[in-house]
Amino acid sequence: MGIVVENISKRFGHFQALDQVDLVVPDGKLVALLGPSGSGKSTLLRAIAGLESPDQGKIWINGQEMTHLNVQERQIGFVFQHYALFKHLTVRQNIAFGLEIRKVKGAEVRRRVNELLDLIQLQGLGDRYPAQLSGGQRQRVALARALAVQPQVLLLDEPFGALDAQVRKDLRRWLRDLHHQVNLTSVFVTHDQEEAMEVADEIVIMNEGRIEQVGTPQAVYDNPATPFVMKFVGEVNILPSGLHRTHAQMGSSVFIRPHAIKIQSQPTATSLAATITHVVYRGWGVHVELMLSDRIPLTAQLDRQEWEFLGVDTGETVQVELQEAIAFADGQQQSGNPPLLFR
Amino acid sequence: MNAFPTPPKWPSILSRITAGLSFPWAFTFFYLGIMLLLPAAAVFTKAIALGPAEFWRIATAPMALSAYNVTFVTAFAAAALNGVMGTLIAWVLVRYDFPGRKIVDAVVDLPFALPTAVAGLALATVYNDQGWVGQWFAPFGIRIAFTRLGVFVAMVFISLPFIIRTLQPVLQELAPEVEEAARSLGATPQQIFMRVILPPLMPPILTGVALGFSRAVGEYGSVVLISSSIPFRDLIAPVLVFQRLEQYDYGGATVIGAVLLLVSLVLLFMINQLQQWGRRYAIR
Repeated sequence: MGIVVENISKRFGHFQALDQVDLVVPDGKLVALLGPSGSGKSTLLRAIAGLESPDQGKIWINGQEMTHLNVQERQIGFVFQHYALFKHLTVRQNIAFGLEIRKVKGAEVRRRVNELLDLIQLQGLGDRYPAQLSGGQRQRVALARALAVQPQVLLLDEPFGALDAQVRKDLRRWLRDLHHQVNLTSVFVTHDQEEAMEVADEIVIMNEGRIEQVGTPQAVYDNPATPFVMKFVGEVNILPSGLHRTHAQMGSSVFIRPHAIKIQSQPTATSLAATITHVVYRGWGVHVELMLSDRIPLTAQLDRQEWEFLGVDTGETVQVELQEAIAFADGQQQSGNPPLLFR
Repeated sequence: MNAFPTPPKWPSILSRITAGLSFPWAFTFFYLGIMLLLPAAAVFTKAIALGPAEFWRIATAPMALSAYNVTFVTAFAAAALNGVMGTLIAWVLVRYDFPGRKIVDAVVDLPFALPTAVAGLALATVYNDQGWVGQWFAPFGIRIAFTRLGVFVAMVFISLPFIIRTLQPVLQELAPEVEEAARSLGATPQQIFMRVILPPLMPPILTGVALGFSRAVGEYGSVVLISSSIPFRDLIAPVLVFQRLEQYDYGGATVIGAVLLLVSLVLLFMINQLQQWGRRYAIR
């Protein structure tokens, strides 16, 4: 059940958009496809929808093979970044569109539309045209329109991408809650890791047409499978090999999260000297930008109390202790072995 | 708020109207007044000066009625045909990529650029009984040049670019996503065209048809060459106006001119209303 993608490839001219991708989206889950632009996440979503035909591979939705079916026959709901509402139709007419195509009776259409207007909390705005709505309202209408036909899966392509920061935050929480209500297998594409972390049950991280890792938000953050995931999810410091004595033999970069760096005033056996170059106050915490003795920049994250207790400031030299550094052996990206942790 | 003080030599009525208006407003009124209102008013006043009985007699003379019929009905038929064909051509030019598309796109403007007399000459050459096209119709007793059909052909020719040029930018702005959304909701290509693509295109199509119609009503140069200008057959109203002038019948000419002007204004106003209705969803 859910969505199964097997060995899908897609090429646009010389550009390999998808390269032998396998993916399982479990029934009822909300999954994020996360990656930079050009990573193939949108192409994968559109291939599942049937808006893009893959060069090879197979796609199943709820156990039925969909590879050679049209979009119309796949029973999917699709939400676009720029809403793609029918601007000559009112909100009600937009939501009713799919039902009318399916020749659902008038009374039933009205009942469904009212139900969906309740769901998207736009009861009073049914007779407005899309041009008279805000961006967030439009995207909710687009969602209701997609849900109206009771699709087997819901696919969303950068659904919050066109919205202001505040509206985006509200709407993604709303989408998460909505998913809890309807429990429809859903896949959404985003390039914003914070968004993926906040909304998704599971995150699929994509890069250059391949899947780097699939896991819960916590898993991809705590146990990144590849250097790409480490860099893409959360902030990270990248240090050249050989800097840290326990790591001298590895011959590749070392990754350290900003919160895994401890600042202290007294040197220890494993600490390094660093100069504070800049301090950024972030309300709940402090971001400290440092420069190691061999001109290597480093960012550390402390909570306010810790910082105030230290009592140091820009320009002063302190000692940093690198805790929980993660290293990847060469060729790790292909093998997917678990990262080497050391202290 | 008069940025430029009104020159004292202006007629007092005009300065009273423009007083309190900003410079762009005053200038717009002045310009439109001189370029549009004044000539139109001149035709009306001259025609009305003949007296209502005389006006009515000239305006409803059988020859005049027949000329209105040829002008307006043929122009409407030509604009309607272009409404369909122009939409199709614009669609092909925007949606399809084929070798020579840019050249075809440029050729569309030919009726704009060509002197109308040249267009009439060219059409008469092609559509006469021995012409490239006309020779295929002549055996069936269908004569194109020097009949009302020829008038129709000329009007189609000169009004074609309007619909294409009005529609092209709108077609280019149609988001492919909207069609994909309709597909994802289960709509067939026919349903997508009828329910999603065509409705927002109706206002520009109507605008194009209205412009083409106005152009066809006003056309003189090409029609006079491809028609025989025989009353009750293929004589158009603008040619009738010219014939009246040739006979030094200035009164007759202005009356028919005034009727033409009035009918055109009413039709344009109606089409404008239709467009407003077609655009109702764009109003915030």
